[in-house]
Amino acid sequence: MSIETAGTLAIDTPAIVEVPTTRRARIVSGSVLVVVGVLCALAFGLGSKAGHNAHFRLSPTGAKYKMPNLVVPARIFALCVGVAIAAAGFWRISRDFSRRAMKWVIALSIVAVVFAFLCWSVTGPTAPTLDLFGPGGLIGQTIFFAVPLILGALAGVMCERSGVINVAIEGQMLAGAFAGAMFATVASNLAVGVIAGMLAGGLIAALLAVFAIKYFVNQVVLGVVLNLLALGLTGFLYDAVMAPNTNGFNAPGTMHVIAIPLLGNVPIIGPLLFDQNIVVYMTYVLIFAVDIVLFRTRWGLRTRAVGEHPRAADTVGINVRRTRYINVMIGGMLAGLAGAALTVGESAAFVKNMTGGRGFIALAAVIFGRWSPRGAVGAALLFGFATSLQNVLSFIGTPIAIPSDFLGMLPYLATLFAVAGLVGRVRAPAADGEPYEGR
Amino acid sequence: MSVDGTVKDEIAVPPDGPTRRKSRSEAHPLVVIALSFLTAIIVGGILIAVTNQPTRTALRHFSASPGKVFSTAWHAASAAYVALFEGAIVDPHTFGHGSIWHDFNPISETLYTATPLILVGLSVGLAFRTGLFNIGAQGQIILGAMAAGYVGFTWHLPPVIHLFVALVAGVLAGAIWGGIAGWLKAQTGAHEVISTIMMNYIALGLLSYALKTTAFKRAGSNQAISPIVHGTARLGKLLPAPLRLNLGLLLAVGATLGVAWLLSRSRLGFTLRAVGASPTAARTAGMDVGRTYVIAMLIAGGLAGLAGCCQILGGGTNYALTVDVDAGLGFDGITVALLGRGRPWPTVWAGVLFGALHAGSATMQSRTGTSIDLVTIVQALVVLFIAAPAFVRTVFRLRSSSDVAGAQLAKGWNG
Repeated sequence: MSIETAGTLAIDTPAIVEVPTTRRARIVSGSVLVVVGVLCALAFGLGSKAGHNAHFRLSPTGAKYKMPNLVVPARIFALCVGVAIAAAGFWRISRDFSRRAMKWVIALSIVAVVFAFLCWSVTGPTAPTLDLFGPGGLIGQTIFFAVPLILGALAGVMCERSGVINVAIEGQMLAGAFAGAMFATVASNLAVGVIAGMLAGGLIAALLAVFAIKYFVNQVVLGVVLNLLALGLTGFLYDAVMAPNTNGFNAPGTMHVIAIPLLGNVPIIGPLLFDQNIVVYMTYVLIFAVDIVLFRTRWGLRTRAVGEHPRAADTVGINVRRTRYINVMIGGMLAGLAGAALTVGESAAFVKNMTGGRGFIALAAVIFGRWSPRGAVGAALLFGFATSLQNVLSFIGTPIAIPSDFLGMLPYLATLFAVAGLVGRVRAPAADGEPYEGR
Repeated sequence: MSVDGTVKDEIAVPPDGPTRRKSRSEAHPLVVIALSFLTAIIVGGILIAVTNQPTRTALRHFSASPGKVFSTAWHAASAAYVALFEGAIVDPHTFGHGSIWHDFNPISETLYTATPLILVGLSVGLAFRTGLFNIGAQGQIILGAMAAGYVGFTWHLPPVIHLFVALVAGVLAGAIWGGIAGWLKAQTGAHEVISTIMMNYIALGLLSYALKTTAFKRAGSNQAISPIVHGTARLGKLLPAPLRLNLGLLLAVGATLGVAWLLSRSRLGFTLRAVGASPTAARTAGMDVGRTYVIAMLIAGGLAGLAGCCQILGGGTNYALTVDVDAGLGFDGITVALLGRGRPWPTVWAGVLFGALHAGSATMQSRTGTSIDLVTIVQALVVLFIAAPAFVRTVFRLRSSSDVAGAQLAKGWNG
């Protein structure tokens, strides 16, 4: 069994032995590829208007170095992709790929099919040019939607790696969003809002920590109850304090975009990644920070040890409870920041229940990303892309109407398939959710 | 202790079995519940007082007249709770002014609100007893309401038969939606908490999509709302016209009787509880654990589906399907089940209690301007405290009972 946590050291990597794929699995996965390839060629290849091209804008207006628009002949592209995927499927059935190669085949196939789909959707006599990397473009919006999900998912990873299940990400985000909007307005200072948001998330996490670690309450039950508590508290305070005086308590002000010199001028990725506000930059830093802390520091090794086998960790002198308390608090503050990103970071006022299930998508990203920070960030980006695609498609209109609700379900379906083991097993830290009775 | 492989779960194993004697110094569970409730009410009262405008004004002149701060604060909090009581039990302002039935309106509203709560509480509680945590009641309610609603507003059938068919459709839809999670757990080991959360959102997506299709969308409306359920498929009223109490309550009581019989008297119920107490032991004893999970989730889903029927056929959303037909019942039902500790009759009382809070909150909001979200806070706090009996005992310095250490040891994602 290969475990995907890249860089995992001593504790959770059994000796990796390449298990040969069974004949049946090969035939099934190969056939799936063939079917996908044929469907892609039929739907997006023959389904695209002949003689028309798909136009993509690569450089947003105002970029320093302009790139020409990307023009793709949709029909030919989709046919080529379809044939290539089908060929890969036949190869899988007859000759087989190594495990590593198969992963690349699957990843490339998905990217190619999605791109063929995009080409199909913007091909036609009246089709618009699709903006990709601008702030309102497909990838630009992906970053926008993914930032709170990434932060929420990192929060989940921090908690669950230390062995505390965090179903309360939603509640922590909601508290963070509320406190962020409120304190940013009262102090007329966005930094205060961001810090207050983190502290509010940390407060809900403190409840989670105390009741889970000290009082052994079932952590899933606890998460559900804390979500409800955060929903009630923010809703109550919104009605009692914010709604009567919006200007005084719920107008966080505009968070300005800071273009980073030099990096901001790099074609395509410059305006996309380095022309953002401070919350987005914090997210970039935190992605690396969480990964490094968990896998390159003593603290991270201890955290993972506590999450996998608390008794063993205790035996070698690690304070299990303290490790868990600190990790849960850090996680809560990350989730609080995710909430603040929704109000302060997006210069938006707080609205009741404004997280609207984003905390649960973040939880899904943790699981889909197999409890590793890199995986969780990847999953959050994927889910952000699904939301962005849903948004963009409803705006431009496709040749055949695609119900946007189904695109909205993608993150949940993907996670459902992941836990059901259809895309490889997912495995939680061994002691995740189990209270430790010792020290 | 979890590390030793023996998982002790208070919900799965009721603490007051017939063999257990209670010493006098030990706190009775009801005392813990009462104290939890009291604490939650006090916290809620403090919140009301702190956010109350006159109190905050008085606070500015605290040094001049400290007594005024406390009297305004007390006034604000007590006025809100009095209005809550009047909206839920009996209202002296209108008592005796209208017909005799009018005096029963608050009680009728309480029971009407409690009906779906009881059903969802039973659903979550039954799953608890089998060792499953059904967070998916929301999705099951939605699917149940969609199926019952579709039968209700599309088909034309004779009165009683129409209602019956709609109910069956709703229960089946909920059962299937719940059963999928059970089947996934049995077949692949997918943790039911994760799969049911995901299925909640998939159900929401399905509902949102359905309300855009011609089959579900109301003709001539540009809102996401379905046609109105025909009169033949509605749940009959138990009391004269303006009062909303309907047959749903009898269905809920019937379901409670059914679940109580199932759990304590039937062979299947024994299997469910055995699997809930210890899946490994149940497997060793020759029980089919996977099959039991599927059956438990089918029944739990069916009960939640029935709650969905009560929502749409009982007038919860004016007899039409909307995107918020579930009305947060999925998560409210979890609190009901937790308060009822997964046992049928206590679940009914828990449902009535929270139903009263919800019913009274509307009156509280209209008379004192207190946000109805107060009820959510109280509900969450009560359950939080009850889930941690050790916490309540510490706060009130009660003698700890023998089961203090293993309050609720949880199973992790892998378990």
